Amino acid sequence: MAGPVAFFAVFFAYPVAAIVGRGLHDGGTWQFGRIAEVAGRPEILRVLWFTTWQALASTALTLLIALPGAYVLARFDFPGRRLLRAVVTVPFVLPTVVVGTAFLALIGRGGLLDELWGVRLDTTVWAILLAHVFFNYAVVVRTVGGLWSQLDPRQEEAARVLGAGRFTAWRRVTLPALVPSLAAAALMVFLFTFTSFGVVQILGGPAFSTLEVEIYRQTADLLDLPTAAVLTLIQFAAVGLVLAVHARTVRRGESTLRLVDPSRTARRPRGAGQWTLLGSVVATVLVLLVAPLAVLAERSFDTPGGYGLDYYRALTVVDSRGATFLVPPVEAIRNSLEYAAAATAVSVLVGSLAAAALTRRAGRLTRGFDALLMLPLGVSAVTVGFGFLIALDEPPLDLRTSWILVPLAQALVGIPFVVRIMLPVLRAVDTRLREAASVLGASPLRAWREVDLPLVRRALLVAAGFAFAVSLGEFGATVFIARPDNPTLPVAVARLLGRPGELNYGQAMALSTVLMAVCAAALLALERIRPDKTSGEF
Amino acid sequence: MNSQLRRAVAMAAVSALGVTALAACGGGSDGGKSDGTASKTVTLVSHDSFAVSDTVLKAFTEQTGYTVKVLKSGDAGTALNKEILTKGSPQGDVFFGVDNTLLSRALDNDLFTPYEAKGLDRVADEVQLDAEKHRVTPVDTGDICVNYDRKYFAEKKLAPPKTFADLAKPAYKDLLVVENAATSSPGLGFLLGTVGTFGEAGWQDYWKKLEANGVKVVDGWEQAYNEEFSGSAGGKKAGADRPLVVSYASSPPVEVLYAEPQPDEAPTGVATGTCFRQIEFAGLLQGAKNEAGGKALLDFLIGDAFQEDMPLNMFVNPVVEGAKLPELFTKHGAVVDEPATVAPATIADKREQWVRSWSSLVVK
Repeated sequence: MAGPVAFFAVFFAYPVAAIVGRGLHDGGTWQFGRIAEVAGRPEILRVLWFTTWQALASTALTLLIALPGAYVLARFDFPGRRLLRAVVTVPFVLPTVVVGTAFLALIGRGGLLDELWGVRLDTTVWAILLAHVFFNYAVVVRTVGGLWSQLDPRQEEAARVLGAGRFTAWRRVTLPALVPSLAAAALMVFLFTFTSFGVVQILGGPAFSTLEVEIYRQTADLLDLPTAAVLTLIQFAAVGLVLAVHARTVRRGESTLRLVDPSRTARRPRGAGQWTLLGSVVATVLVLLVAPLAVLAERSFDTPGGYGLDYYRALTVVDSRGATFLVPPVEAIRNSLEYAAAATAVSVLVGSLAAAALTRRAGRLTRGFDALLMLPLGVSAVTVGFGFLIALDEPPLDLRTSWILVPLAQALVGIPFVVRIMLPVLRAVDTRLREAASVLGASPLRAWREVDLPLVRRALLVAAGFAFAVSLGEFGATVFIARPDNPTLPVAVARLLGRPGELNYGQAMALSTVLMAVCAAALLALERIRPDKTSGEF
Repeated sequence: MNSQLRRAVAMAAVSALGVTALAACGGGSDGGKSDGTASKTVTLVSHDSFAVSDTVLKAFTEQTGYTVKVLKSGDAGTALNKEILTKGSPQGDVFFGVDNTLLSRALDNDLFTPYEAKGLDRVADEVQLDAEKHRVTPVDTGDICVNYDRKYFAEKKLAPPKTFADLAKPAYKDLLVVENAATSSPGLGFLLGTVGTFGEAGWQDYWKKLEANGVKVVDGWEQAYNEEFSGSAGGKKAGADRPLVVSYASSPPVEVLYAEPQPDEAPTGVATGTCFRQIEFAGLLQGAKNEAGGKALLDFLIGDAFQEDMPLNMFVNPVVEGAKLPELFTKHGAVVDEPATVAPATIADKREQWVRSWSSLVVK
């Protein structure tokens, strides 16, 4: 526990406290009067209200649409299942600038909905909600599905034998077992949408503003630190409230479960009902997730001279026309993978240590630590970024221009995933198994390796996949930290989209498609890691 | 945790750090090391749009013996604010990219050490906004102007608009898309252009007319240009229906530069009476570790080599008289004779208030 606590203290709590403190501390005195003054402004209250309700609505909608997907991907065995699981995670890594493009092609002028029914949803709240589902579908599928695939189906069958109807059996046996991971998924989707930035700006239009957008403007554009500090505190309070609700829900719902190997629970769908369910899930994924991605891919091949690979070829050479890049844009793939590898290593290491510590202890302190781990998801990236700048500026910690700061900042977002995904599984492991192993003479490490690891391996891989995807698509930290020029994929895409010219636009689309392919390939590779080979890795 | 587990964890930590270190080496990145060569390195902090040819930086090293390290620090506003926050222990020696909309904030915060760069006599007087003290040195100018889609106006046999006043005429109803002045620098520039043209008393009335004439506001330049503007590649693919967009005077030459094959005429044109001039400055940061190197770099930024390299890299105009513009600019670029201007001090005082009034007028 000491390790993760120290990590969070240095790389999160200290920088955030420094920047908030700078905003509230003026002329040697604390200006707490500002809190009431800023919080009382009607426009701030309006922003807070909108932020909260759109996050709640997005979370509900995401759960509604993604839960059937979680079930299907956990319990059915069908050709293409692994591919589907990787595909649903791809949206997660796309820069919002690009997602805006894709979504407008779907719901904007002349988009798919416009063609079919004459419906245009851009600059409405629906565009924001749908884009949030698009981004967070994977969060629910992976978090809930990970546990669902390991629940022993025989328990539900036993209930059926004892006379319970199908729905009753599910409600009384499976649902209670899923509560912790459902709550975890809901919490993460809520935090993500609560701090939504690009989606709201691009798809909602200037009329919609969230707390995150306000904090960004006050900090990065206006340098009004007092206002930004108060807004950050409001964000803290809101997120803290949500975390408290979440902790209560989970405490009531956690229990020891019988976990089995996922490969034993998945079956081929049987009967018309199950095939229909599978079909409708695949259709949802195709329309909501794949269609926007396909629009990007189509535009990357659509050159003035007909369909071709010209834009992809252009990515592999250094353009002599303007020094947008000193190296071919494809170099960005390597930069991205390096950052992502480092961020994943840090996330998995710190996250699994934290999860292990949280499994073994209970008490107020532990719960506080659990909440602390989640906070980075609910705090503005610009707050953390500027905090780094004024907090980590003296030796031995002058990391302001250091390469390592980027993966560390990304790990702050990755760690909560690792913890939330592993914790329900770890807590479900029956302690008697560990005790039995100890009685039989196993050292604690060996007991952990033989008892816990096989059960949590799946969760660990899912978590690692997420940490990887978070880092691959992350944009904020790489922008807030001054660095020598080695752009990551999202940064390179944004740079290409930021200049006029048909070739730039085409290359941006091509590079986005490359980013999707890299993400899908990496996640597929993770899916294929064989259990018997992983034991030496962690 | 017991000792064995702790040992295992320590091993894991070491190996994870090992991976990181390996990746760091592979990335060819600079882990912020400082050794005896520090005085031979001069660090330039700038915004993400900064670009320069490798050959030009090599020429600087040959001339002076200093190697330039460039740090990119976010967009122009963010990059400047970061320097203000870390005043006194800066991340570099020279900062490039303060424009006239942000100049007062930089000067009020005492960010720069005064230095009169060599060759300043060749720089036009009207861009020297700190001629008394030389805390900043002008490096380039660029104009934010409305661009039009040539094809659209040719097909409609309609003359494209020329001035701010034209944009509010019924002939151009529902044709213009602009950026949010609160979040986008061209959006802010266009707003300031209307303030400079119609005065503090008249700009709000003008925007009411624009609003009645169906102006569309979107969040940023990328969206306005690539999604809504019918003259861009992205806009064509998206079936965009707005032939007028707020962009830059240099956008048409760039459209030509990045087309295969290059057309004889740019697909877009500039409405030269709708422009606001941005001037970008550089300065020597207070507390710079390498002052001598920083001064040499400032001299170099207003030297011919760098000035003539800028247009095709950053799509901006040189400030030094006699610096040659590339043919692409002379052939396809627009000459803006009388851009709208607003004094930097006035911008600093009123900017937030203007943006707020603008938002309540136009963004609902």
